Amino acid sequence: MSPSSTEARRRSPLRRLLADPQAVLSASLLVLVVLLGLLTPLLTDHGPNQVNLDAINAGVGEHGYLLGGDKSGRDIFARLLHSIDTSVVSALIGTSIALAIGITSGLVGGYFGRRTRAVTEWVFNLVMTFPGLLLLIILMPVTKGDYKATMVVFGVLLSPGIYRLVRNLVLGVKNELYVDAARVSGLPDRRILRRHVFTVVRGPVIIATAFLAGSSIAVQSGLAFLGVGSSTVPSFGAMISEGFTNLYEEPQQFLWPSLALGIITASLVLLGNALRDALEGGRPKPSRIVTATSYRPSATEVPSVAGLLTVEDLAIAYPTPTGELKEVVSGVTLSVAAGETLGLVGESGSGKTQTAFAALGVLPPEAVVTRGSIRLDGRELLGLSERELRAVRGTSIAYVPQEPMSNLDPSCTVGAQLVEGVRAATPMSGREARERVLALLARVGIPDPERTFRSYPHQISGGMAQRVLIAGAVAGRPLLLIADEPTTALDVTVQAEILDLLRDLQKDLNMAVLLVTHNFGVVADICGRVAVMREGTVVETGTTDDLFAAPRHPYTRKLLDSILDETALRTDPPTASAGALETETR
Amino acid sequence: MTVYVLRRLTAGLVLAVLVTMITFLLLSTTFDDVASSVLGNGATPQQVTAQKALMGLDRPVAIQYSDWLTHAVRGDLGASYFTSEPVRSALTARLGVTLSIVVVALLATSVISVALGVAAAARGGAVDRIAQGVAMVGYLVPSLLVAIALVYVLAIELHVFPATGYTDFGESPSRWASSIAIPVVALMMGGVASLTSQIRGAMIGELRKDYVRTLRTRGVPTRSIVLRHALRNAAGPALTVLSLEFIQMLGGALIIEQIFALPGFGQYAFNASLQGDVPIIMGISLFGVLLVVVVNLVVDLLNGWLNPKARTVN
Repeated sequence: MSPSSTEARRRSPLRRLLADPQAVLSASLLVLVVLLGLLTPLLTDHGPNQVNLDAINAGVGEHGYLLGGDKSGRDIFARLLHSIDTSVVSALIGTSIALAIGITSGLVGGYFGRRTRAVTEWVFNLVMTFPGLLLLIILMPVTKGDYKATMVVFGVLLSPGIYRLVRNLVLGVKNELYVDAARVSGLPDRRILRRHVFTVVRGPVIIATAFLAGSSIAVQSGLAFLGVGSSTVPSFGAMISEGFTNLYEEPQQFLWPSLALGIITASLVLLGNALRDALEGGRPKPSRIVTATSYRPSATEVPSVAGLLTVEDLAIAYPTPTGELKEVVSGVTLSVAAGETLGLVGESGSGKTQTAFAALGVLPPEAVVTRGSIRLDGRELLGLSERELRAVRGTSIAYVPQEPMSNLDPSCTVGAQLVEGVRAATPMSGREARERVLALLARVGIPDPERTFRSYPHQISGGMAQRVLIAGAVAGRPLLLIADEPTTALDVTVQAEILDLLRDLQKDLNMAVLLVTHNFGVVADICGRVAVMREGTVVETGTTDDLFAAPRHPYTRKLLDSILDETALRTDPPTASAGALETETR
Repeated sequence: MTVYVLRRLTAGLVLAVLVTMITFLLLSTTFDDVASSVLGNGATPQQVTAQKALMGLDRPVAIQYSDWLTHAVRGDLGASYFTSEPVRSALTARLGVTLSIVVVALLATSVISVALGVAAAARGGAVDRIAQGVAMVGYLVPSLLVAIALVYVLAIELHVFPATGYTDFGESPSRWASSIAIPVVALMMGGVASLTSQIRGAMIGELRKDYVRTLRTRGVPTRSIVLRHALRNAAGPALTVLSLEFIQMLGGALIIEQIFALPGFGQYAFNASLQGDVPIIMGISLFGVLLVVVVNLVVDLLNGWLNPKARTVN
């Protein structure tokens, strides 16, 4: 992380808010509106229901009516000002009731046990089930149409949203270590809630408040528009309704209250959004899934290294928040010959995975390839379109990921995912692809292929899932398999089996394998040659035997030293990888 | 599966009983007003008491409610205090109007939001700005104002659609369509805003997931990755939003019906409520809950179909 972005994050939310024109503008508009409402007695001496029969449908400025008169001869300007009061009171009542009920029960439901939560959950689900506006209308006999009583009911109807928000936040923070520590140290629940939980809840609740106020005002206006409640209460809704009936003759009577209502609710929503940005950081931006690298190496360059896959002077950079590019891979050169297994070794962050993704053409969209060349079987891959890459993928180059579970689509059966891949890579029919997949599942050592074919990813184990992914990768008989830490996420006993499987498949299909790993045990077990990466460059390349016997680069020596105490174990692959894993986590 | 549906339906019935019970309990505090409004202005307290006894409103609330419930179970929702029109047939006649605008609005909301949200997440750039703009307008402008603006421009100024009134589908499908067109658009605004943002956000999240990359490395076409895989995974939470939107729209339809003079639920409920017509109010609250229960069940079933994990849990 660059220093400037940490600085931006450290600036207080209030200062960030003040720097945001959207926040400043919407907040100023709201303050102005509320001020106008408070200063009503000073701004006009006309009452909201004061009628001057001469001023019926009066024009702007006539009879001392600043914005003219309505169809009953009342001062539109005075009615607007008085309507502000009604809106503000509605917002205050609706919001405070919703917050009081929602926060209290959210804290209780989130912090205390499962049984308490079951009760609160049930109650709020009940409240959420009913269409709010319908209920408010049905209950008119009970509230007598009084807008304050109606807003109390509406506050109750709004409370489930706040309840859920607070409950989720509390559930999230409850099991944090510092809250645990506070509980173990014997602090009373009340103090923990106040000190720790409240600080987490505060931000999101402030944001929600803006939206609650907006919907309270909108609903009050809607009801007044329908004619719920006393006609003597001035309200934007009532004014809009009157203007609506007079829409043909005097459209401006409708315009003013609509404008006022629109400005108030829009300001509240904009303020809420600005608050969200200031307190919770920006919202996610979409990024194109498909990103052909714009960089295209000149065709005249002749590769200095020969092989099936040749990577030359490859550099990959990511933009920092300040807009500069930061290189994560800077000048990697390596080659994989047909049929061989190359281990790409290095600690995390050394650029191994980035190099692998670049070869597959699946770098994240933000990534920028700044120079270099990647050739597969003599063909330049950098700069190819997604369509051209698609023809290469599966058949020429394939991928086995690190984390098996997250690499399967959870809502698609294993069989369907594999069949789709086979059909994308080969011209097979559905039936042929299905048979191919079943055969592959059997080949990768799955005991009941039919059953696994029909299973969803959550129904199979991690080791099984990795076999499925290997089957998916080799389905198109690729020339090169790129395996990114294929055993790291698996149980020790399963690791050895997966390595054996990869070795077998490599021999059967005569594939080249680029094995990305941080584990020298795995390297010793399966790789013929090794490339050691550090900080974005390859520091040493050689055959596995040479490199283990006489590492030239100090970094390689350091990596080897960290496992050499356990060299004796290396003859036994599974335990060796376990030893290396322990070193890694130590 | 059948067991699951039955269990959910039972839970829905329990909910219906609870909601109608609470409604009745709240209404019972106003029975004096009901009786005097039936009598008209100037009724003496004695007359009111007599009228309450006549209408059975002086009995214990529990007995009155169970009386209503036992009749309701048999399909008898009573008759209006004022017009003696049977509540059930009156409601079913008006339900068609309300449902036609709500259901059409709901379907159109889903289609537009999915298209916009998916395109925004998968393509970014201009499409994304359009989607966010649409969502913004939907949030910012109260649907009441949208509805009136549409009437003003499309019906009054341009005469493209009729400003008010309703034509039955059976009578003339094309006139039915044009009579509900503006109401549907007005009703959709808020729903499109929240559903589009929801789908956009969920799709952005899905497209960053590992399985998307793995599918790409197998040569699976982008279109299939977006529509068959990512969208399916993003659809679950969107369905929940959609079911909440349905509840919202059912409420919003009341205002919309008033503006466009549509003979639906809304006006009926409104008038009944003004007069304290208890049988109608009870009938409406029952219909309202049942509608919500059915829609939630449909959403849950769709969710189970989309999400294999939810299916195995049930």
